[in-house]
Amino acid sequence: MSRHRVKALSYDDDFEDDYDSADPDEQERLEECTKEVLGQLQAGEPSVTASREEVQEALWHYYNDIQKSVDYLRGKKAKTVGKKQATSKTTTPKATAVPAHSVIPAFHPRSSDHFSAAEFFRDSPWLNVPLHRKTDILIEPLYPRCRLLGGAPPSDGKMSKLAALAAARKKKEGEKKELEKTKLLGAENNASQAATTERRNSTLTLLERLSVNGKEQRGSEKADTFLRKEALFTSRGNRGKIVIEKHNEVLGNCPKVEETCRPGQGEERTSKPVDLRALPSTFARTIVGSAMSHMHVELSHLSGRCFDVMEIYGQGLTEPFDFADSSPDDIVLKAQSSAKGLKSKQPTPKQAGNKGTQADLASGMKSLAVEEPVNIKRKNLDVLTEYRKSPWKNAANFVVIGHVDAGKSTLMGRLLADLNAVDNRTIEKYRREAEKIGKGSFALAWVLDQSSEERARGVTIDIATNKFETERTRFTILDAPGHRDFVPNMIAGTSQADFAVLVIDASTGNFESGLKGQTKEHALLCRSMGVQKVVVAVNKMDTVQWSKDRFNEIEQQTSSFLTAAGFLPKNISFVPCSGIQGDNVVRPSNDPNASWYPGRSLIEELETSEPFTHSLEKPLRLTIGDVFRGGAQNPLSISGRICAGNLQTGDQILIMPSGAKAIVKNLEVDGEPNDWAVAGQNVVLNLADIDPIHLHSGDVICIPTSPIQNTKAFTTKVLAFDHLMPMQVDIHHGRLHVPGRISRLVAVLDKGTGAVAKKRPKIISPGTVARIVVEMEKPVPLEAPARIVLRAAGGTIAAGLLE
Amino acid sequence: MRLIKNNIERRGSGAVTLCPQEPEDMFLTSLLFEWHAYNLIQPNDILRASAIRRVTYTSKESGSTSSSRVHLMLQIRVKNTDFDPQNSQLHVSGQIMNETQHTKVGQHHTLDLELNRNFTLEKEEGAEGGIGWDSIAIEMLKDAIDDGGKRRAEAVAVVMQEGLAHICFITQFQTILKQKVELSIPRKRQGGSDHDKGLSKFYQMTLDTLLRQIEFNPGLSSNNNEPIRPILLASPGFVAAAFQKHIQSVASVTMPALKRLLPSIVVVHSASGHMHALSEVLQSSTVKSLLSDTKYARETRLMDEFLEHLRKDTNRATYGPREVESAVNQGAVGRGGGILIISHRLFRAQDIAERKRWVTLVDRVRDVEGGDVRILSSDHESGKRLDGLGGVAALLTFPITEADFGSDVDDEITADGMVVTNGQSAVEAQ
Repeated sequence: MSRHRVKALSYDDDFEDDYDSADPDEQERLEECTKEVLGQLQAGEPSVTASREEVQEALWHYYNDIQKSVDYLRGKKAKTVGKKQATSKTTTPKATAVPAHSVIPAFHPRSSDHFSAAEFFRDSPWLNVPLHRKTDILIEPLYPRCRLLGGAPPSDGKMSKLAALAAARKKKEGEKKELEKTKLLGAENNASQAATTERRNSTLTLLERLSVNGKEQRGSEKADTFLRKEALFTSRGNRGKIVIEKHNEVLGNCPKVEETCRPGQGEERTSKPVDLRALPSTFARTIVGSAMSHMHVELSHLSGRCFDVMEIYGQGLTEPFDFADSSPDDIVLKAQSSAKGLKSKQPTPKQAGNKGTQADLASGMKSLAVEEPVNIKRKNLDVLTEYRKSPWKNAANFVVIGHVDAGKSTLMGRLLADLNAVDNRTIEKYRREAEKIGKGSFALAWVLDQSSEERARGVTIDIATNKFETERTRFTILDAPGHRDFVPNMIAGTSQADFAVLVIDASTGNFESGLKGQTKEHALLCRSMGVQKVVVAVNKMDTVQWSKDRFNEIEQQTSSFLTAAGFLPKNISFVPCSGIQGDNVVRPSNDPNASWYPGRSLIEELETSEPFTHSLEKPLRLTIGDVFRGGAQNPLSISGRICAGNLQTGDQILIMPSGAKAIVKNLEVDGEPNDWAVAGQNVVLNLADIDPIHLHSGDVICIPTSPIQNTKAFTTKVLAFDHLMPMQVDIHHGRLHVPGRISRLVAVLDKGTGAVAKKRPKIISPGTVARIVVEMEKPVPLEAPARIVLRAAGGTIAAGLLE
Repeated sequence: MRLIKNNIERRGSGAVTLCPQEPEDMFLTSLLFEWHAYNLIQPNDILRASAIRRVTYTSKESGSTSSSRVHLMLQIRVKNTDFDPQNSQLHVSGQIMNETQHTKVGQHHTLDLELNRNFTLEKEEGAEGGIGWDSIAIEMLKDAIDDGGKRRAEAVAVVMQEGLAHICFITQFQTILKQKVELSIPRKRQGGSDHDKGLSKFYQMTLDTLLRQIEFNPGLSSNNNEPIRPILLASPGFVAAAFQKHIQSVASVTMPALKRLLPSIVVVHSASGHMHALSEVLQSSTVKSLLSDTKYARETRLMDEFLEHLRKDTNRATYGPREVESAVNQGAVGRGGGILIISHRLFRAQDIAERKRWVTLVDRVRDVEGGDVRILSSDHESGKRLDGLGGVAALLTFPITEADFGSDVDDEITADGMVVTNGQSAVEAQ
């Protein structure tokens, strides 16, 4: 209601004390005009109807000017009815309100000194001032109100020259503004021009009067009469009517007026320069209470005005302010907004109700814990006994290695298809889709090559894991990529394998190129990573018409190479087969050309593998192979193969190198939920109580009681495949793949005895065994018997054992 | 960098006035200081540049203080330099030498060298142990100023692998790793599409980072003469190609301005996504043709040649401080192909004697033996390779048999706190 209409009110000169009933003359005139307007509105084109009230309102606005009111109403109605633009007319009433701002309710200089704020506020509560009291709080300031310009007026009432000048300027500015406004508006609309000019005149007179009649109003009138007087004052000389209701609204809801009346506001400015030490502010003391003021027993000149609100309001009645509630400002704002448009619709929410909801909220918040309490039962199983009595078959992981395009994935796809580990429908689906993109021969490989990139390019990129069972053993296939760029992935796969299936392309030329390429590198890597048994699948025998000579040639070359690499001859076996046709994979070959081979098929050869032993009793070690989202139930899962030790549901585990801890919520062994797992098994751990940021593939999981140490440098005994000198290398250990450098060549060792052959060599040539020191940029979890592979520039340069 | 004034006397003392024009000039300037910057015992460089200094006055009557910032021309005796390669800013701190209205002699000040503002660098020889402008410093100065006209080739390289990308800037004098992008990507699994999702998230993240680093303006209407540096995408396998495809699709769908970049993208192969795979990137033929004439390419070629000799065991290459010195003594690093390859790092030695040892070696090879001397910056990849070999290596004119510097010689500690053992440096055992 700060936009009050006060200034728009019109009074007759003699209209002094009777506000409640309108002048009968005016009333009569109004009636006449109303009729006239209504008539015109209906007669005019387009005809509109308006209620009496509307008409009277309009008339009041336009000081009973019939024509203008008709125009205005027509415009307004037309707009609401026909969406016609009547901007100039509809804006007119707004414009009338504009000059209102320039007229500030004036306060006349007074110097009554008998007023006591403390007395006045004695019984008033601190908050929730009743509405009727708010309206009435209107106290004359103790001292004349200061102006912004020119400082305080001297007590004798004379203005200083400067002040006079400032006042004159202010006046001029006011005039100018009004003029501008008038011009703007007037250019558009004659009617509004007339009105504003009139108003300008009135404001001018008002301003003049303000300055001249400053001392006229004296005495201590009652507060509300004062305001009325003031309103009267501002509008003297204008024609028109009073709308009493509006005036009352002004009184009831105008916080601005109330504000200006706050005692002590303008007073400081008049203070004499005596003691400049400032006391705590009123606000501070309001908060702290009167305790502080007791310390200042000796009151300075300021203390007279800086009163303690608490004292004034009476300590017994007030409580320290509760900051959880809405602030006084908020309450005022709320009251204002409710008063503005929606007068009685929105009563200020009650404090008590507020407090009630707050209490509810507080208790609600308490029950809302940020983290879910992890409550996983640990069954305290003796895992080893459980393992021994479990009815599980032997388990074996094997990695499928070989040169790129040797047919590794296809061979494995065939194996799975023929063992019915994958249903025919899926195979058929793959076949159709593969043919669609012109890669029909890759259909079987798609069983393992699941990602879109792999299928589009026809190349395995990452290790694929798959499971199948025979009567004796549960096998896990680790299908390694053959491409040289993905050797790191192959290393990751091999680190989980018990034995290897080396796939060799029997077709002319491909075998030879493979032997130089990844057939060789993979075999060397396998051996240096501890794989002892290798089954060589001589694939694509159909392309060489199952030629026995070709098979023998390949067998001879490969076995000599594998023996050189360190495989024992008894651990090497050869199977001729054809992955694409399925000969000798699961079923024996039907091809008459293959009748010379009486031996076992690939699957039979796989079954000959003996159970592998793992160190079940050592502390837990598990290299993370993958971190993924296991589903809605298990937002964070990791997979990998347990290298050593055992674990069970509910175990707390430590993740290195981050050092974060987690709890095993539940776990799966080979895809089946179980309560425990032991070394050698492929597990999926669903974790709780950890941020995924601490988990990367390649990290090591261990138990907090015997953690693996992070290391930044290690000494290792390596077999060099290439020249070694101090250089930058990639260090691989399973999924772990970090950059580092060879910092020192310690010695060349004798291959057989391991004795030092030469100290501090300048360069280590391929094929020799040497002891070197490797440093890494970041600490990584590595411990003594770990097998590592060093690579540089896309090739494997050395493999070795940590010392 | 522009040379404004050159007052270097033949004996080695004197001053130069330079005007840095590009951010990289700051780096070159920092190299000029390096000979002395690490030499805390006898600081001797004198730097004169404009400075802004905050001066605080205390009023005598009231004791109140007021401070203001004043522009001054300050001359300081350099004590320390701080080069920030990420932002190419060089801060030089030292003691003020000239008394002005606002400063006293001996007060400390840190000068921030600014682009396009002249500064004067003076080195004195003699009296206080300074070495002045030795041959190395003069060569550095030449390096810094002589390419003023022909602007150096620059490239941005993104070395990546699945879930890891290094964004680096290659300039003629340095390779700066600007940012590393790391994202854990779920592996492929039976029936899961997380892998593909993770990959595309990774590509988008890398692209965003790259664009931020090269300060790419995504507005369509950019001035056409904005130079676009070649962008090398390197990775093993198909990651780089897939990333290029990702950029193309982003360009055609959401950010048409990216099309400007497309022609300058080159996909090359690298063995891994780690920083040191960059050397392989820079050896690829595509990149060689792109950066063929740079100092960097020459350095890389030289290192490759050296390693080739070492591999072939021709005995015509040697590395390590003592080995190289002995080879020089035998006259093997002389006319007709003898090349001394030495890393910057050695000249930064805190110990003057240590540094003098290398300056003398360089001068001897160049002036007495008639061999070639190449100083490699350890801020570049090839220099890092050299640092791994002990910081100094040589290509010899004739094969020399290795003298055995066996175990009877104790490890020797160089100024950098590195143990140099037969040419191989290792961090001191804790």
